[in-house]
Amino acid sequence: MLSSADLDTLLLTFKVAAIATTIMLLIGTPLAWWLSRTNSSLKGVINAIVALPLVLPPTVLGFYLLVLMGPTGIIGQFTQWLGIGTLSFTFYGLVLGSVLYSMPFVVQPLQSSFAMIGKQSLEAAATLRASPLDSFFTVVMPLAKPGFITAAILGFTHTVGEFGVVMMIGGNIPNKTRVVSVQIYNHVEALEYADAHWLAGCLLLFSFTVLLVLYTQIKTSPMAQPFK
Amino acid sequence: MTVINARFKLNYGDFTLDVDLALPSTGVSVLFGHSGSGKTTLLRCIAGLEQAQQGYLEINGAVWQDSERKIFLSTYKRPLGYVFQEANLFSHLSVLDNLHYGLKRVKNNLGMIKLNQTIDLLGIGHLLARMPSNLSGGERQRVAIARALALNPEILLMDEPLASLDIKRKQEILPYLARLHQQLDIPVIYVTHSQQEVAQLADTLVILEEGCVLASGSLAETQSRLDLPLAQDREAATVWQVIISEHENDYHLTRVEFEGGSLSLAAVDAEIGTMLRVQIYARDVSISLVEPNSTSILNILPAVISQLTEESDSQAVVQLRVGQQLLLAHITSKSLVLLRLKVGISVFVQIKGTSILN
Repeated sequence: MLSSADLDTLLLTFKVAAIATTIMLLIGTPLAWWLSRTNSSLKGVINAIVALPLVLPPTVLGFYLLVLMGPTGIIGQFTQWLGIGTLSFTFYGLVLGSVLYSMPFVVQPLQSSFAMIGKQSLEAAATLRASPLDSFFTVVMPLAKPGFITAAILGFTHTVGEFGVVMMIGGNIPNKTRVVSVQIYNHVEALEYADAHWLAGCLLLFSFTVLLVLYTQIKTSPMAQPFK
Repeated sequence: MTVINARFKLNYGDFTLDVDLALPSTGVSVLFGHSGSGKTTLLRCIAGLEQAQQGYLEINGAVWQDSERKIFLSTYKRPLGYVFQEANLFSHLSVLDNLHYGLKRVKNNLGMIKLNQTIDLLGIGHLLARMPSNLSGGERQRVAIARALALNPEILLMDEPLASLDIKRKQEILPYLARLHQQLDIPVIYVTHSQQEVAQLADTLVILEEGCVLASGSLAETQSRLDLPLAQDREAATVWQVIISEHENDYHLTRVEFEGGSLSLAAVDAEIGTMLRVQIYARDVSISLVEPNSTSILNILPAVISQLTEESDSQAVVQLRVGQQLLLAHITSKSLVLLRLKVGISVFVQIKGTSILN
């Protein structure tokens, strides 16, 4: 059975994932929109930066974050100037790490579903008196709905499953930064295989259910399914 | 009378648009030209979908663009209606919601009563609950036209609305456009490369070639100008506005009048007083120096030759005045010489055939 400590880690994990996903959608939507429309020479660089966590070992990303968030790092100095101390080994440090780590899983499905919306729909909206912002909410978002669902699900599940970044910047502090993947590791280290089974089983079931929903319910846009 | 002033200079590297146009406040102005002539680009400049580097656009006294004063009104702020070549309906909205999309965003919109009239006029009442993906191409285009009209625009811009449809769908939509033509009191700018659509819809004709205005004027004048390629074309024709004056039921004929004469047509099922557009192909007109009296041809009219082409090949084009109307005749150069046809002489024209356009 799941112990109360296990339940705490599950709860914490979902809390991190929910907050990180919200932030990623808020930042990722305008970013993906810009990337899908721009002819700027910066496009390639930004695309590469966003996609970097896909190929970079999580420990590398975690290491740099740890340095940057530390007392002498840029982020650390900024947060100290704000009066909130440093972010390493805190809940919000974990959220920040998750946002950077899972961003490509949000931006890429959004970007491809935005790209599929032709210029024509936006021009039609403009001739029907819709301002650019108005047409974004009333034309682009409904048409890109499958992309948003995919982005949210992938961003969320990917954050739930992260381990390397957490180990580097979050550590293993109960109720603060101890997430499920770390807890499973702890159980295995302590040879508590039964406990590890319970937690691992929960995550397996969760991931499978989410993907099942994703692949059976969202039929509208094949582009919104990046792994097909 | 002239309320649309448009001057645009735009350069896309391999394509240059350079136009200076004045169009009337009423009726349909057709922008006619081959693909690549710049007609769609010109329309997009008027809509603000394209921004010409140098441009001046004034509609009904309102300046929409003046590059010298750095004025450029965004498309969504321009009181226009636009119909695209592809209907461009929003696929996530039903037909009714598509119609309401623009309506909701305009203060002085058409209102529900007039929207319902427009829905009837375009015959889309039975489609309102459907999604755009369940409509035929012709239906989609009719919805798109209604959606643009629902805004109660000051001007309607149409970019080859029939080009993506097959002949059958075109025939299905043209009567609706002709009806619109009679009932709309706003100016319409209509882009096409089809001479048939020009004949059926145009009041004013603008011919574009390689980004420049080749000719611009009333349909009759422009159609019959001998210095334009249109008059030399095998399909060259003139369109007359006529009024039904009498039905000769015994012979299944209808008599129509125009300024300075009358014509017999195959019976038209319409009331006396109805306006018709009648097209007369230049190849169906022959010229005689004396009034032919024993001929099977019914429509023989006195005319005066107003212009001739030099005989450069086997075919000559003659422009004539019949009453106030202009008429084109394609005859052989040999006939031109043998009959000694000259500008200013009186002749008789025999019209072998006419076609009614609406």
